[in-house]
Amino acid sequence: MRKVIMGNHALSYGAMLGRAQVIAAYPITPQTQVVELLSEMCADGTLAAKFIKVESEHSAMAACIGASVAGARTFTATSAQGLALMHEMLHWASGGRHPVVLGNINRAMAPGWSIWSDQNDSLSERDTGWMQFYCSSNQEVLDTTIQAFKIAEALYIPAMVVLDAFSLSHTYEVVDVPDLDKVDAFLPPFKPYARIDHRTPRAFNGLTGPENYMELRYKLQKDMERVPEMVEATGREYEKLFGRYLGAVDAYRCEDAETILVTSGTAGYTAHVAVDEMRKDGTKVGNFRIRMFRPFPFDIVRRVLLPAKKVAVVDRNISYGHHGMFAQEVKSALYGIPGAPAVFGFIAGLGGRDITPASFREVVETAAAHDRPAEEILWIGVKR
Amino acid sequence: MSQEKKMKLTLPLEEYVGSGNLACQGCGANLALRYTLKALGPKTVLCIPACCWAVIDGPFPHSCLSVSIYHCAFETAASTATGIKAGLDMLGDTDMNVVSWAGDGGTLDIGIQALSGAAERNDDIIYVCYDNEAYMNTGIQRSSATPKGAWTTTTPVKFPKVEPKKDIDAIMAAHRIPYQATASIAYPEDLYKKMLKAKSIKGTRFVHILAPCPTGWKSRPEDSVKLARMAVQNRIFPLYEVEHGEKYTLNIKVQNKKPIDDYLKLQGRFRHLKPADIEALQADVDRNWERILKKAQGC
Amino acid sequence: MPKKKDAAKIVFESEKDVPIMPMSLGSMLFNKTGSWRNIRPEIRTADCIRCGICWKFCPDMAIAVEDELPVVDYDFCKGCGICAEECPVKCIDMVEERK
Repeated sequence: MRKVIMGNHALSYGAMLGRAQVIAAYPITPQTQVVELLSEMCADGTLAAKFIKVESEHSAMAACIGASVAGARTFTATSAQGLALMHEMLHWASGGRHPVVLGNINRAMAPGWSIWSDQNDSLSERDTGWMQFYCSSNQEVLDTTIQAFKIAEALYIPAMVVLDAFSLSHTYEVVDVPDLDKVDAFLPPFKPYARIDHRTPRAFNGLTGPENYMELRYKLQKDMERVPEMVEATGREYEKLFGRYLGAVDAYRCEDAETILVTSGTAGYTAHVAVDEMRKDGTKVGNFRIRMFRPFPFDIVRRVLLPAKKVAVVDRNISYGHHGMFAQEVKSALYGIPGAPAVFGFIAGLGGRDITPASFREVVETAAAHDRPAEEILWIGVKR
Repeated sequence: MSQEKKMKLTLPLEEYVGSGNLACQGCGANLALRYTLKALGPKTVLCIPACCWAVIDGPFPHSCLSVSIYHCAFETAASTATGIKAGLDMLGDTDMNVVSWAGDGGTLDIGIQALSGAAERNDDIIYVCYDNEAYMNTGIQRSSATPKGAWTTTTPVKFPKVEPKKDIDAIMAAHRIPYQATASIAYPEDLYKKMLKAKSIKGTRFVHILAPCPTGWKSRPEDSVKLARMAVQNRIFPLYEVEHGEKYTLNIKVQNKKPIDDYLKLQGRFRHLKPADIEALQADVDRNWERILKKAQGC
Repeated sequence: MPKKKDAAKIVFESEKDVPIMPMSLGSMLFNKTGSWRNIRPEIRTADCIRCGICWKFCPDMAIAVEDELPVVDYDFCKGCGICAEECPVKCIDMVEERK
């Protein structure tokens, strides 16, 4: 059924259709509508789930983990300060192999106090062993959430569905909300690897010495390496049932591009508009929108970007003392390959500053004017 | 002849805590869990944060218990347990006892937010704090449960703890949870009865068990039960129950109280105390006793 | 309770044998904590009044009841001395561990 819903509600619908059984969440702008709608759905029976109104985000993730090891499918949502407060528990979810699904609304980290869009919150968690999917439309948010449950539970790795504050979370778009029975056919009930069961008592997470820890973590990495294949297979299966395909990346007009933009989130769709405009002027430019950031899609990145002359990464984030995090990872994928394109690292849109088609024009013009980037970081839109 | 005489057992024989565990000689925490599980039975899961019992059960891939444990992050004993209970309920395992099994540090300090949150929501868990009065697992650092004047590595003799022991029982009573109790490993039948009672009630239940630690209290291992008895007999650790934060029941009305000197003398952590310090401590104990007595009498 | 025969320390030869979740696969019965002792309890059963107190207060479950008498399991007794201290008729002696 087609509905006009905001990005946040697309997350709620995703969790509802995914039949989340336990939800533990704490309010934070701009996530609140996610949990408000889920609260209503639990209250009126649309969703048969327990909704735990926890007293902090740290407790939210702890409760999700507890529910997961009890055998339930779990979901939560948060943003910025809340995600940061959960940090310890994000490590716990992945190390404990609990397939929790979390919706994160990308919001700038304080101080200065900001509620607007910026990717530092989720990217600060890129090392925690979670899958990360960056969405650019409300439809994508809903579809990604449903698929996230399936992929997470197949490999016992938690998954983060990421959307921009306000430009996605609060923007209303037409979304095709699938029927529950069709989703049931796609997403079977959660089959835990092991759960709390008095018939088979176990101690989970006992003291682990150096003789055992490395193998546990090796196995997590090996399962992470199976994710790209799973994302592709799940995306194709979803396409068969619902008519929409989502891959690890969205490569737009990259085949003959001399300059390829690398983008994510809502800026990724703004870049599509900019690419179309610039193509009209004869500029051979394409947009490579990364959806699956963790695990990093090395193979596809190499395949699509290597033929280009220049790559212009636009990061809505920064790793202080280094540079934009998508740029870091793209560079690492292209490192050492003869003939690899020059990678220009742009930073734009921090703290919710608008990224417009004009921003992308500036990016492409800057890249065109230099063989190699003049600086590690090329700042867009800073008042200097 | 005594062949006819049967062994008198005041508790069920079945054990859920196994031998070969890593507890110190004379560990009070071992006895606390042993008695608790005898009451709660096999349909129990323990949610254990960082504390001595995080290690006592043995390293991965072993466990000395025959009930499930979920080792959780330090401050999450109550929040993880809440999640476990919700998950088990959704899966139809509604008759499982979900128990947070935490030390004093994980309860009174770092874990108090999650505990308060669970209690406010009246989450259906049994929260047990086994109290050895310091961060023992990390090598005897002070917690807010450390008694005034006790030596710990972070309250050395020249820099003593001047703050009194945080009254977690009063804090839990303020949450008006359906049932809470204090207990001591020297009174196993009382502890067992209280756990049975807790098991029969829905909502947040809190049990605070005094569990002496020879390693941290600098006492002899053979004195652990004796110390847990003396603490009750000299009124330092009154045994009482509270229902809904209102109805106080004093379980052992100590009539001829013993002065605290004999109790303190058996512990190296109090060796440095001067007579004036002990007098002040005695006054605190007496005042606290009167307060509990008054509450039990309904004033 | 697990049977004594499952008493073996689990050592993984390959990552393929390691479960993906860190979870227990066996008991701690391989760990004979009797080796911790310096002193051992010896019960003078002739004087035992069968009060059950030593069995009750053993922190390591190392006193079993067999034929209505307490029997120390020396594989696991850590020698803490609580049984001797609590025995109301003092029929338990703590003696130097023999080597």
